[in-house]
Amino acid sequence: MFDIDIWQEIFSTIKKNKMRTVLTGFAVAWGIFMLMVLLGAGNGLSNGVGSNFEGNAINAMWIWSRETSKPYAGFQSGRSIQLTMDDFNDVSKMPQVDKISARYWIGDRTYAFNNEYGSYNTQACHPDYMAIENFQITKGRFLNEIDMQYGRKVMVIGANIEEALFENTDPIGQIIKVGNVPFKVIGVYSEKDPREGTRQGLIPLTTAQKLFNAGNRIHNLALTTHNISKNESQKVEENIRKLLAKNHKFDPSDERAIGLYNSLENYVETMNIFRTIKMFVWLIGIGTLIAGIVGVSNIMLIVVKERTKEIGVRKALGATPGSIIGLVLLEAILITALAGYIGMFLGISLMEGINFMMEQQAQAQVGASGDQGEIRMFMNPTVDLRIAVSAMLLLVSAGALAGYIPAKRAAAVKPIEALRDE
Amino acid sequence: MITLTNIHKSYQMGTNSLHVLKGIDLEIKQGEFVSIMGSSGSGKSTLLNILGILDNYDQGEYLLDGKLIQNMSERNAAKYRNETLGFIFQSFNLISFKNAMENVALPLYYQGVSRRKRNALALEYLDKLGLKPWAEHMPNELSGGQKQRVAIARALISQPKVILADEPTGALDTQTSYEVMDILKEINKDGISIIIVTHEHDIAAMTDKIIKLKDGNIGDLIINGELASFKKSYAKELQPA
Repeated sequence: MFDIDIWQEIFSTIKKNKMRTVLTGFAVAWGIFMLMVLLGAGNGLSNGVGSNFEGNAINAMWIWSRETSKPYAGFQSGRSIQLTMDDFNDVSKMPQVDKISARYWIGDRTYAFNNEYGSYNTQACHPDYMAIENFQITKGRFLNEIDMQYGRKVMVIGANIEEALFENTDPIGQIIKVGNVPFKVIGVYSEKDPREGTRQGLIPLTTAQKLFNAGNRIHNLALTTHNISKNESQKVEENIRKLLAKNHKFDPSDERAIGLYNSLENYVETMNIFRTIKMFVWLIGIGTLIAGIVGVSNIMLIVVKERTKEIGVRKALGATPGSIIGLVLLEAILITALAGYIGMFLGISLMEGINFMMEQQAQAQVGASGDQGEIRMFMNPTVDLRIAVSAMLLLVSAGALAGYIPAKRAAAVKPIEALRDE
Repeated sequence: MITLTNIHKSYQMGTNSLHVLKGIDLEIKQGEFVSIMGSSGSGKSTLLNILGILDNYDQGEYLLDGKLIQNMSERNAAKYRNETLGFIFQSFNLISFKNAMENVALPLYYQGVSRRKRNALALEYLDKLGLKPWAEHMPNELSGGQKQRVAIARALISQPKVILADEPTGALDTQTSYEVMDILKEINKDGISIIIVTHEHDIAAMTDKIIKLKDGNIGDLIINGELASFKKSYAKELQPA
């Protein structure tokens, strides 16, 4: 069936109707082109927004204190809540909580090293904070338990600070002055997401409690949960609210007493939106493709009609129904597959081209404005190979489908009717 | 070679049924050159279609080369047509986008013969019919006589036992018609049975046996020796015209 002769047969019929074949093929090519472009755009949107979650662990939660909005247990509304280490201890005992860190800000201080100085923010935290914030240590190490235990005066500085204060010196082991307090630099961190900035120094929480009068107070809790679903994550959220409501005597239904940001919930919701978008894209793409396929089917029906006599002659000369079906089916598959391939190639080329240009632009931007990027809504709008391959399979089966009815009709041609002289 | 016993055939025309063949009994031996005549509607084309396994019959028995041809699957019918029968048509029915050689080679394609072998064979047959220089020509570059000779070559290439020709000279002028008949006679000498349907008396007169169909029955059977008298009666028929 796949010998050279059948292809010669097919090509000779295609050659006879070049224009018609091209137009038919165009419909299919256009369909697959649109599918690829839409899928690429959908991916771009999804990748772009997805990249905004990269800066933090995706199952992270942030809790900060606010003011109550409901009177409760004899207290008036409008009372400020102050989180404390007790809250930290209670929350860290929850079984679903994986990493947890309290955070306490010391505000802007002057950082000085030799003759270089600048004003930076200092944040006190636990060693777990690194995993929650999802940043990278480029030099040295992060804070550890021993730093915590002894309340050491050590600091991990942001890459921005290193750049500003330590031009040609390795910062590790150097003493930096924060206000009047000397700290030893033990590491440098950088962020995956340039928007988050690296303009602060991180010190052990215990050090802050001793040196900066933090006492029992904390500003913020950051934590990650174990690998759990969105629903479980919401449950944890609720439990934390209840626990804090009990600790601070506010109404558990008072949403405004504490602030809580659940990145998993946001991530899952965003990804759900994109899943829906992707579904629609497939729907539209396949719809366009079907229009093309119906076109092919239509043309093949006409071809069969036109070739009725020829098919009759072939049958009289000994062509089996199978060979006639093969002829028509293969022609339909060839047209769809070839045209589809061209459409797919063009679609993917276009998206890769856009991607290339965007990457160039992004690089130029980073070069111009340091690593302070902006929110990206569109990124890497390409279609992966798996989808392209499945689209190809879709095309071939679509071609077969397009050719099926015409082929059946061709096989049913009776030689006598075909040979009757009109 | 061919034995027909009490063949009946009707066509369904809406609610009416048209009884075309009403019990045909016929025997055609190996190497016979037979013509089927009859006015239009006498059933001669239907008979040829049944002989060519292009159509089924309702009743009776058709033995071709000793095999009963009945309720055949399309596939088997195709195989039989390919191996035992050769067809020649009034309008030649060459495939327009294939050159003469490829047209002749087509039956061998359906036998699964390799391309080189069947093209070589096709050239050989075209040469026999004096068409070798036209082997690469497309059908629309050939004259009517040449087209019919290509069609004859195509019918011969599968070395059939029987050649069925439906008005083979119907689209040709007298001169070319006689040339084609001469070729068919030559072929007949090699032992291939030839059955032609025609309404031209002079063409029929060149065959060994004339079967005259009348209203779905065999009206007259004129065999070799009696051809002279047939010619006489044929001449008489011509006189009033």
